Amino acid sequence: MTGDIIMAGFGGQGILMVGNLLAITAMEEGKHVTWFPAYGVEMRGGTANCTVVVSDEEIGSPVVGRPKGLLIMNGPSMEKFLPMLTPGGDLIINSSLVEERQVTRNDIRLLSVPADDIARDRIGSRQMASMVALGAYVARSGIVSLSTVFDCLPKVISKKYEKFIPLNVNALKEGAALAGFHA
Amino acid sequence: MSAPAASPAKRILTKGNEAICLGAVAAGCRHYYGYPITPQNDIPEYMAAHLPALGGTFLQAESEVATINMMLGTSASGKRVMTSSSGPGISLMQEGLSYMAGSELPAVIVNISRSGPGLGGIAPSQGDYFQAVKGGGHGGYRLIVLAPHSVQEMYTLTMLAFDLADKYRTPALILGDAIVGQMKEPFVASPYDPASTAEKPWALTGCAGRERRNVKSLHLKDNAIEVHNWKLHEKYERIRKEEARAESYMLDGATIAIVAFGTAARVSKTAIQWARKEGIAAGMLRPITLFPFPGREVFELARTVDVLLVIEMNTGQMVEDVRQCTPLHDRIAFLGKPCAMPTPEEILERIRLLAGRKG
Repeated sequence: MTGDIIMAGFGGQGILMVGNLLAITAMEEGKHVTWFPAYGVEMRGGTANCTVVVSDEEIGSPVVGRPKGLLIMNGPSMEKFLPMLTPGGDLIINSSLVEERQVTRNDIRLLSVPADDIARDRIGSRQMASMVALGAYVARSGIVSLSTVFDCLPKVISKKYEKFIPLNVNALKEGAALAGFHA
Repeated sequence: MSAPAASPAKRILTKGNEAICLGAVAAGCRHYYGYPITPQNDIPEYMAAHLPALGGTFLQAESEVATINMMLGTSASGKRVMTSSSGPGISLMQEGLSYMAGSELPAVIVNISRSGPGLGGIAPSQGDYFQAVKGGGHGGYRLIVLAPHSVQEMYTLTMLAFDLADKYRTPALILGDAIVGQMKEPFVASPYDPASTAEKPWALTGCAGRERRNVKSLHLKDNAIEVHNWKLHEKYERIRKEEARAESYMLDGATIAIVAFGTAARVSKTAIQWARKEGIAAGMLRPITLFPFPGREVFELARTVDVLLVIEMNTGQMVEDVRQCTPLHDRIAFLGKPCAMPTPEEILERIRLLAGRKG
C-alpha cells in the first residue's frame, strides 16, 4: 500500500501528533515512511500541518504537491489545501468546524466527520477530535491497519498520560465506524 | 537512505535534527555550545538533555559570537566540539570560523538554514550555499561542507564531519535546511567506524614535562603568513583531490541529469522516478560534499548528457560552480525556488519541457 496525506488544522488540535502516530504505524508495518511538519511561529492557535508519505519502496520526496489524501481540521486549512488534492483523492473534513459548502470540488471522495462533536459527546474529551479523524482516514484509505495504530499508541503517548490510551482507541474506532469500518 | 523495509525491528522514527545529535554523540562529541534559533532548536534541546549525563558540557552561550570562540578554546584543547545554528547565527560566527580555519582547529558547525538575507524567514532555503562553500569569513579559507539529504545521512555525515575535521585540522560544516532538519523517517543507528585516529599531537593539554605548543592564527614574523597561506592552500587542494563525494542516481543512459544537493535532491528523486516511467531518461548527480565540489564528476557527466538541470532552493548559487566544471555551458539549465520547496510535480514539468514533451 502506497499513499500520502496532508493533515492540517490549527496548533493544539493534535495534527502533528496523529501524523506522527500514522508514520510510526507505517514503520511498524515494515513500510518506508516520511513525516514532515510545518507550523506557524505561534505557540498555539497558529497553523499546523504535516505531510506523511507511506510506500513499499524507498521514498524520494517528503514534499507532496498533489496528495492522495487530505485531512482538514479547520476552515482556513480547507482554502489552502483543497486545490492540491489529487482528483479522486480522499478528503476527510472535521465537519464540526468546517462547513461542507466550503468543499468546492466534486472530483474527490468526501467523508464528513463531526470530529469535535463525537470527541466531546461520545469520548468525553474534545482533545480526541484529531484521533477520531485519523480513525476515519485509516479506515477509508486502508493505508495501515487500524489494529497496528492501536498497538502504536503507547509509542506516542507518554507514560504520564497512558491512562488515556483506551480513550484514544475508542476515538479511533468511532472515526473508523464513520468510514464504514467496524473494529 | 532508509534501511530495507524487511528489517523494521532496528528502525527508529527519528527527526533529522536529532539524528545529527546521535551522530555527534556516537562520534565522541561531548561538548556543545549554542544559541537558540529556528529551525534547529531540536539540536540544543537534545544536547541539553543528554550531554551532562554523558559527562559532557552543554552550554547556552550569550551569543553566537561567544559560541564560536568557546568552540575555538575547546577544540584547541583537543576535544571534539559542535555547535548548530541557522543563517543569521552562522553569519555571527564567521569571524571565529576564520580564526579557527587560520589556527587549523577542527570542529563541526551545523547550519540548518532558513530563508534570508537578513532575518529572512523560517521557510527552508539553500541560500547559504555561497557562505558555506566560499569561506564566509575574512582572509581566504575553506570549510569542508557536507550536505545530507536524509535522516540517515544527518547521522552518518555528522560522524564523517568530525573525522574529516580532525584529519585535516579544519572546521567542517553540515549544511542542512528546515526540511531535512524537521522531517522524520526511519533511521538505523549504525555503529561509528572512525576514519581518522584520535591522536592530536598539537593539542594544548598542559605543557608540564614537554615542549610548549602554540595554536594561533597570528603570524607577524617575516613572511610567516605567506608560508602559512600556502600551507593552507596545499591542504585545501589535498581535500579537493581526496574527499569529493557524490551520489549517482539513475544516471545509466541518462540524457537529462539533475544536479542538486540536500532537500532539492531528495525531492528530485521522485520526479526522476516519474520521468523514467514516462520513458524520459532522467537521472541525478547529487553532490554530498559541497566543498570539495565533485567537479570531475560534473565534467564527465556534462559530456555524456544533453542537459544538466541544476535545481536549488535559491536563485542560483551552486550553478556557478557547475559552470566552472564544464565548458559546455549551453547544456546547463537551472530551476530555482528561493525560500520554498520545489514539488516533484514542478520538477517533472521542467524535465518534460527539456525532453521536448508536453505535460
